[in-house]
Amino acid sequence: MFILVAGGGKVGSNLARALRRMGHEVTIAEQRRERFVQLEDEFEHAAILGDATEIFVLERAGIARPPDLVVAVTGDDEDNMVICQMARERYGAEKVIARVNDPRNEPHFDLLGISPTVSATQTIMALIEHEVPEHELIHLLELRKENLEIVEVQIDKSSPSAGKRVSGLNLPTGSRLISVMREGRAEIPDADTELQPGDQVLAILEPGKEDELRRVLLKK
Amino acid sequence: MKAIVVGCGRVGSAVAKKLTKSGWDVTAIDENEEALARLGEHWTGGFVVGHGMDVNVLREAGIEEADAVVVATNGDNTNIVVGQVAQKRFGIECTVVRILDPARAELYATLGLRTVCPTSAAIEVLSDVVKSCVVKPARAPAAAS
Repeated sequence: MFILVAGGGKVGSNLARALRRMGHEVTIAEQRRERFVQLEDEFEHAAILGDATEIFVLERAGIARPPDLVVAVTGDDEDNMVICQMARERYGAEKVIARVNDPRNEPHFDLLGISPTVSATQTIMALIEHEVPEHELIHLLELRKENLEIVEVQIDKSSPSAGKRVSGLNLPTGSRLISVMREGRAEIPDADTELQPGDQVLAILEPGKEDELRRVLLKK
Repeated sequence: MKAIVVGCGRVGSAVAKKLTKSGWDVTAIDENEEALARLGEHWTGGFVVGHGMDVNVLREAGIEEADAVVVATNGDNTNIVVGQVAQKRFGIECTVVRILDPARAELYATLGLRTVCPTSAAIEVLSDVVKSCVVKPARAPAAAS
């Protein structure tokens, strides 16, 4: 693949290095001269000096081919949004990945249809949610484009669903149980599967159905 | 009629004052508190300290009731994003965005944003003025040998 990486900081440079090692063709654009000089040592002509929100810089980095993938990982959310929009709208790049520096900007990325996004804060929060048992419904994956998400629920003794069969659960429409993990073994539940305390259940659902699902599986 | 001006620098503050004079109810937004001074001692409109990317700041400035939004911070990309937020999220049809880079201004105009590019205007004016000068050749052309 040909991949354009916009932003040559820690994230961008490590990414570019890893991608090159995997055999991909990579260009990397960086606007800070000092940083660029270091990148040039390693990436030679594949390192481009300049602001990747400038069209002529993007073009020197090969945007017009267009790349199979554009990765915008500068430290500036506005820049990342504009890079992705230009890559897609003007050059027809089909795949973009953007870094979100400030999670409060996430709705702006959504509004502009820039997906997928990667946010370190969000990722760490998700890990914390996973570790902290009080959080009843753990978000594992969001499929924004498909408008679906996958959540994990832990069934305990007090859960209204404990001891019930899947067919008797009255699950909200737009949700489905996809896996039940019991004693280290996962199985795909069917209508006759009975949920038991200690089960870890994975469900796929439409966003907005979380509360209903929580009520059915856990408690009021 | 209510207008929000995001970015209260040289351009934003002057636009805010001009619209106020024409009878608009204007609220300016700037990250920097000192920008209020640009609006003059007799400023009667609103002023909110904050970043235009922050939806809460836009709400505090009254974007939900605004008829027009002018985005003129000193960052092109900030303006592009804030302009699209005003237009797409808050549905402000009359959103005008200042973009200094002619290439980006042109691209975003084709994407449905009302963009104003002072750089393009300056390029036009400067070259027109030069063309309209009556220029006498500085030196006589060299005689053919």
